[in-house]
Amino acid sequence: MTQPSSPADSGQLSVELTDIWKTFPGVVANAGVGLAVRRRSIHALLGENGAGKSTLMNILAGVYHPDSGEVKIHGLSHQFRNPADALSAGVGMVHQEFRLIPSFSVAENIVLGSAPSIINNRQVENDVADMARKYGLKVDPAQPLWQLSMGERQKVEILKVLWRDAQVLILDEPTTVLTPSEVDELGEILRRMADDGRSIIFISHKLHEVSGICDEATVLRQGETVAGSLDMATTAQDELARLMVGAAPAIAARPAAATPGKPLLELQNLSAIGDRGVNAFSDVSFRIHAGEIVGIAGVAGNGQRELADVIAGLRLSNNGTLIMDGTDITAVSAHRRFQSGLAYIPEDRLGVGLAPRLSITDNAILRVYRQQRRGPFIVAEKALSYCADLVKRFGVRSGDPDGPIAALSGGNLQRLLVGRELDGKPSVVVASQPTRGLDVQGVKAIQDLLLDQRNSGAAVMMISEDLDELLTLTDRLLVMEGGVIRGEFDPRTVSRHEVGMAMLSDTQPSSQS
Amino acid sequence: MNEASLIGLLFATVSFGALLYLAALGELLAEKAGVLNLGVEGMMAIGAVTAFIAGVEFQNPWLALIIAMLSGALLASVHGFFTVGLGAEQVVSGLSLTILGLGLAAYLGKGYVGLPPGAELVPVEWGRLSDLPWVGPILFNQAPIVYLALLSGIAVSLILSSTRLGLALRAAGESASSTDSAGHSVLGLRLAAVAAGGALAGASGAYLTLSITPQWAEGVTAGRGWIAVALVIFGAWRPSRVGWGALLFGGTLALKPRLQTFGVDFSPIILSMLPYILTLLILLIISVQARKRPSPAPAALGLAYRREER
Repeated sequence: MTQPSSPADSGQLSVELTDIWKTFPGVVANAGVGLAVRRRSIHALLGENGAGKSTLMNILAGVYHPDSGEVKIHGLSHQFRNPADALSAGVGMVHQEFRLIPSFSVAENIVLGSAPSIINNRQVENDVADMARKYGLKVDPAQPLWQLSMGERQKVEILKVLWRDAQVLILDEPTTVLTPSEVDELGEILRRMADDGRSIIFISHKLHEVSGICDEATVLRQGETVAGSLDMATTAQDELARLMVGAAPAIAARPAAATPGKPLLELQNLSAIGDRGVNAFSDVSFRIHAGEIVGIAGVAGNGQRELADVIAGLRLSNNGTLIMDGTDITAVSAHRRFQSGLAYIPEDRLGVGLAPRLSITDNAILRVYRQQRRGPFIVAEKALSYCADLVKRFGVRSGDPDGPIAALSGGNLQRLLVGRELDGKPSVVVASQPTRGLDVQGVKAIQDLLLDQRNSGAAVMMISEDLDELLTLTDRLLVMEGGVIRGEFDPRTVSRHEVGMAMLSDTQPSSQS
Repeated sequence: MNEASLIGLLFATVSFGALLYLAALGELLAEKAGVLNLGVEGMMAIGAVTAFIAGVEFQNPWLALIIAMLSGALLASVHGFFTVGLGAEQVVSGLSLTILGLGLAAYLGKGYVGLPPGAELVPVEWGRLSDLPWVGPILFNQAPIVYLALLSGIAVSLILSSTRLGLALRAAGESASSTDSAGHSVLGLRLAAVAAGGALAGASGAYLTLSITPQWAEGVTAGRGWIAVALVIFGAWRPSRVGWGALLFGGTLALKPRLQTFGVDFSPIILSMLPYILTLLILLIISVQARKRPSPAPAALGLAYRREER
């Protein structure tokens, strides 16, 4: 149904978002965002994690309701109550987490929700095959979904949206699950759909991919539009990166320089498989010495979480060696690692770090309950006094020590968790997003605790998405992207922009300086 | 063992098979939608007692069957209300349903113990087919519920495999959030499946008191509801396989009282254990296979669903 595109036709706007506001408890995700997408175009929506891209697109797709602002599709104003509403107006979204059913066939997954009352399986499979062929999507409609690769599953998600005849397709970080050749293929498929009269919104933070695929780009930062509908053909990647990362703010006073000692943690060619069945990170090698903080910078989802889990012993590595203070701990249990001086402050505080329904005291003794025992029983007084000591020393503002820990505020939760982990005088500290979501005081308290550890001779690894924090706090900075270390920087001398480019574009890995 | 006693065994195998099949089909429907209902034994007991009471009071076996099915659906809906509506723990609610159903049946049936049946579902005459040697007395001389069971099996199988409703129902049992985002009501699908499952369990119970042993006594279900639950796993959640499994398990029920007359020196107690032992074996096979392919169990079985915004 490809019609010759007249200039007037291609100039029409398919999506107009005006002054969209959306707040979640404690966070302003969208603060007056605007977006205009032309018909027959592929539009990139760029921004760092937390810039508000996904929130905005979830509003467009009917998942969230905006607090205020206008959503116009093909010139008509809409108020979507749910995703089905958005679909009937022609807007479909392919989420980052696929919503497919592994035991169903490809065709069943595609027609779920829009199937005829009586399903003639062969007929449906033929129809799906026809549609797939039209857009160059190679899938076998009869195949069970669990046999498909992530790239093929993405095609099924795209077909699912096309099946409902969406005129506007939103793809949330579509390339994260794809191999480089699959990315090229996706680009061709999207172009074919745009030529067919549809518009595509492509959420991404990978500049080099976007510049190959998209016609225009809108950049968001901290919930606001910093640049709308830039022409990709005339805008330099450098310029886009600068817009995404922003200008450097005034840098706070740096702590005194470190005096590194012997290496306490050493990774040699470490690799591990992620939840999606492909390597989350590969061939990662670095050392952390006594008395230094090494930062791991990068956009979330580039293997940092998995790396921290592997070092803590919560995830198996499939290659490489992990050495702690001269001992090979690659195959040692998490508990043993803790006993030999490894502290872990996980990203997911309430899920991995603490047990939300247990009391404050029970959470406090989780690592050291063996010391609070008499015979097989835990002695309540011992546990309580241990907990009271921890609460006092780490400044946790807690109520009833027997009350559930989930009642504490985020900052106090983190103080208790960090206190518990640091209490045993660890030699290696792995901290994943330790200050995320905390208020200013909380951030300061946690940062000071980590600095204390460094100054008393521990090796500290700190994963953070906050580049400013890493630049002020760490002694060395590694950048992780696509599961590999893209470079090592000296935070005293490197510019924010340089690190930003390494985080966002996956050029050839620069040699470690 | 003579010809007559062998035919008797096979006849009983088919009729017990149908009894188990009806209840297991009901359980399969609920589980396919994602709701485990361990209350089958209780729903069968309620079906059995209400069918008998309705038979005595109204003298119409078909009306009795319908009342039994409605009663089963009603009791199942209690489970649906707690587990689907309120998100309560399915195992706890299901076990409570069994205890409630058995107790309620005993209470309702108090005045009917030992009474002669008011209505019976008598074997269907198939004309010349019924006169065929072997096949006639075994297959074409059964009570109407046996043929209903077979039809229900075919219907359930077709609905699940090739209708919009079946696709949505299976989706609700695999991933509630996917089903919801596809625009189907997870709540509605699950409540309907649980109620329909209860109706089938009620029909199974009615078969006991309207034809197999047409009288009411407490404990008439004798643990057959539990065999039906095991049967769903044994049949890997497929209506056809559950059907063959029902014949196999029905065979063990039929054989148990006949062992001695056949002169076989085999403990009937071990025979009663056989369905469960076979089910454990199947579970073992499923878990070993799970390394290579997804389990045939519905992925969202036992999980309550609540829609949430961030």
